[in-house]
Amino acid sequence: MSDIHLTLKIWRQEGPDAPGRLQTYASGPISTDMSFLEMLDVLNERLTGEGEEPVAFDHDCREGICGMCGAVVNGHPHGPEKETTLCQLHMRHFKDGDTLVIEPFRARAFRIEKDLVVDRSGLDKMITAGGFVSVNTGGAPDANAIPIPQKNAEEAMDAAACIGCGACVAACPNASAMLFVAAKVSHLSLLPQGHPERARRALDMVREMDELGFGNCSNERECEAACPKGISIRNIARLNREFLKAAILSDED
Amino acid sequence: MILDSKVPGGPLAEKWDRHRFACKLINPANKRKFDIIVVGAGLAGASASASLAELGYNVKTFCLQDSPRRGHSIAAQGGINAAKNYQNDGDSIFRLFYDTIKGGDFRAREANVYRLAQVSNNIIDQCVAQGVPFAREYGGQLANRSFGGAQVSRTFYARGQTGQQLLLGAYSALMRQVKKGKVEMLSRREMLDVVVIDGQARGIVTRNMLSGAIETHAAHAVVLATGGYGNVYFLSTNAMGSNVTAAWRAYKRGACFANPCFVQIHPTCIPVHGTYQSKLTLMSESLRNDGRVLVPKNPGDRRPPAEIPENERDYYLENKYPSFGNLVPRDVASRNAKEQCDQGKGVGSTGLAVYLDFSEAINRDGSGVITQKYGNLFHMYEKITAANPMHEPMMIFPAVHYTMGGLWVDYNLMSTIPGLFVLGEANFSDHGANRLGASALMQGLADGYFVIPYTIGNYLATISSSPQDASHQAFKQVADEAAAKIGKLLDIKGKKTVDEIHRELGLLMWDSCGMARNEAGLQQALAKIPAIREEFWQNVAIPGSGLELNQSLERAGRVADFLEFAELMVIDALSRKESCGCHFREESQTEENEAKRDDENYAHVSVWEYNGDNNSPEFHKEPLTFENVQPSQRSYK
Repeated sequence: MSDIHLTLKIWRQEGPDAPGRLQTYASGPISTDMSFLEMLDVLNERLTGEGEEPVAFDHDCREGICGMCGAVVNGHPHGPEKETTLCQLHMRHFKDGDTLVIEPFRARAFRIEKDLVVDRSGLDKMITAGGFVSVNTGGAPDANAIPIPQKNAEEAMDAAACIGCGACVAACPNASAMLFVAAKVSHLSLLPQGHPERARRALDMVREMDELGFGNCSNERECEAACPKGISIRNIARLNREFLKAAILSDED
Repeated sequence: MILDSKVPGGPLAEKWDRHRFACKLINPANKRKFDIIVVGAGLAGASASASLAELGYNVKTFCLQDSPRRGHSIAAQGGINAAKNYQNDGDSIFRLFYDTIKGGDFRAREANVYRLAQVSNNIIDQCVAQGVPFAREYGGQLANRSFGGAQVSRTFYARGQTGQQLLLGAYSALMRQVKKGKVEMLSRREMLDVVVIDGQARGIVTRNMLSGAIETHAAHAVVLATGGYGNVYFLSTNAMGSNVTAAWRAYKRGACFANPCFVQIHPTCIPVHGTYQSKLTLMSESLRNDGRVLVPKNPGDRRPPAEIPENERDYYLENKYPSFGNLVPRDVASRNAKEQCDQGKGVGSTGLAVYLDFSEAINRDGSGVITQKYGNLFHMYEKITAANPMHEPMMIFPAVHYTMGGLWVDYNLMSTIPGLFVLGEANFSDHGANRLGASALMQGLADGYFVIPYTIGNYLATISSSPQDASHQAFKQVADEAAAKIGKLLDIKGKKTVDEIHRELGLLMWDSCGMARNEAGLQQALAKIPAIREEFWQNVAIPGSGLELNQSLERAGRVADFLEFAELMVIDALSRKESCGCHFREESQTEENEAKRDDENYAHVSVWEYNGDNNSPEFHKEPLTFENVQPSQRSYK
């Protein structure tokens, strides 16, 4: 364990309509065992002591699973470590003297609420459009009634591992949410329970994505590189197939 | 006050069926006249919201986070229990019931626990129907793993992300109802108080965490699914936002609090490593299936684990508990880790850790199998500690994880405020003095999917369905009180940060009301808490205003409640002079240093009623009677 000193350039913005700017702070001594968010905690404790407003940032579980945290660090959503959420990024990956530029996830569909906090409710709206199996509580058949090949279950799980953080949108030059939508469409189309609604789901979720102002996919693969859960862009290929099949072959509109 | 648990009569196995038949029904056309508020969108809140909306009620659901997909149920790793007996290894509803009530050290209600075991199978069916991708065998059947406190394999799992997958299932059901217009979802809202009119819960007051606006919401019934209070210790495995505020405000409005001192300390967490630390991270208990817990035999042995020869390693759980070995219940595993560290056999830089070694399993099954089972947990461990458990043993230490105590509820999950229901970790009902692994997910979903949809109707049928609105002056009064409290906090303008004071409280609680408790320590804590609270109200620093996103203010409101609640925990711990489950009173132990229950004097739920800020809470007992199991000294040897 050792301490490093960093220069932090952090996006400060009082509210959605206020102008924002990068503000520079000296980090003070930072233990390399700290997580990135603990480093921000330390800064915020100091700012509070000095009577300044601390940096607002979203976070909750700090275990890399709730999907609440996220910021762009030196151009990388969730920072430079592969498959790592911001809360699981540790300061041992930085060097003494480094400058870190810390900005919110930016996208047309993500309004900045304050500092690093953004509105990602568009992700919920796309799930609301069709990211579910229409089954009421009660009356489900025995869980083992329909065998599901292990390979399919595993592939579905690979897609279902999405934490809904929005890093894929922030990473995409078009601010597209294709990887997010693809993960849900894949998860449910790989399982028999999702089959009855697969055409409807693909059409509705893609339509909602367009209406919310997310951009189109132009195969930049930035989403996959930024995804803290390693969701593969093969899911986007699957979504494209599902969408095409639904648009051309099904009688859904 | 007379506590009526409303447990139905008849044989244990028939109680729930009889009760469901006895519950009054509301016809489908009338259900749409009733509004229900659900606070919290974890497993219990999301499953309740979806199920109630499916029935036709108008539901308003609130959560703190920006999305209802983020409740802390999401972080549960290991699995969910059910008595499916798919493994043909002797499981049954009665066995799951028995294991759960024994695991809880005979401090839970028989009827509630039996119902939990009964509906456990429906939960798995429901989740599979929603598309939850549980782990499967090659033949396509569901896979199971073992968990602590049980000798059968009954735990269903989705890698190390079971909580996430179950929550996303419940969340998808919830969003489907949002689409149908039956649920209004209000995110980034914090419940500040409950509104009670003529003795009935009629709504809540919330703060819009973006605008700071204080809002009022009326309904025919209020359901709290607001989780546990482990963050009273500052460091815990809970999410940063987990808090006691909703439960505590309900307590101050007349909902009794049960067994607040019952706090589970989870044995397998990543040890504390620095004062800046903001939270502790759990490593799933499922690791104990293949990992062996050990310390060096000789106190003070600082050699790296690889250099400690086999005959100088102490696999203390296997030695002490040959039949359960590394799979003893959590409270037993935690206490034994503390005991080893107290004897100077702890490892790591602080001496407050023990090893969890996978080398034998890796040699036996190959690294591929172990990676498949635990890869994501190992990965997470490596991110935090920079050490890879495939090559060297993990270091673990107990940490605050789950609170068995909570608001008192009857068999219908209704608190002592009529119309106020409490689900999931926020209530006290099913886990007694210690929760078994993979039972929290089971309880959250049992309450939300399969209990509240029946029992809430029984209450609503007794009240008028006339429309509720927030025009009653009680709403304004409660909202004004909430706003005044925020104003008071902002006016302090002191020198200490919220976290500094919270950390101080947490350390005190950990030392005196943590893994081991004694009279002197608890008395000391009781004297110190008011002083910390005083300091908070004199000297806390909260920058910014109330009419904006202000995270310091949010935390301050929660810590203010923890500072009051902590006192109740200590009072409860003092009053229970026996040891049971997680509650280890040093004065009450067997010759082998195991928790020694005192069934003659303490076979009850301790229930506390608010009695004004300046008076001691009033104590009530709900006696626990055991007609179907014989309470015994737990033995896992």
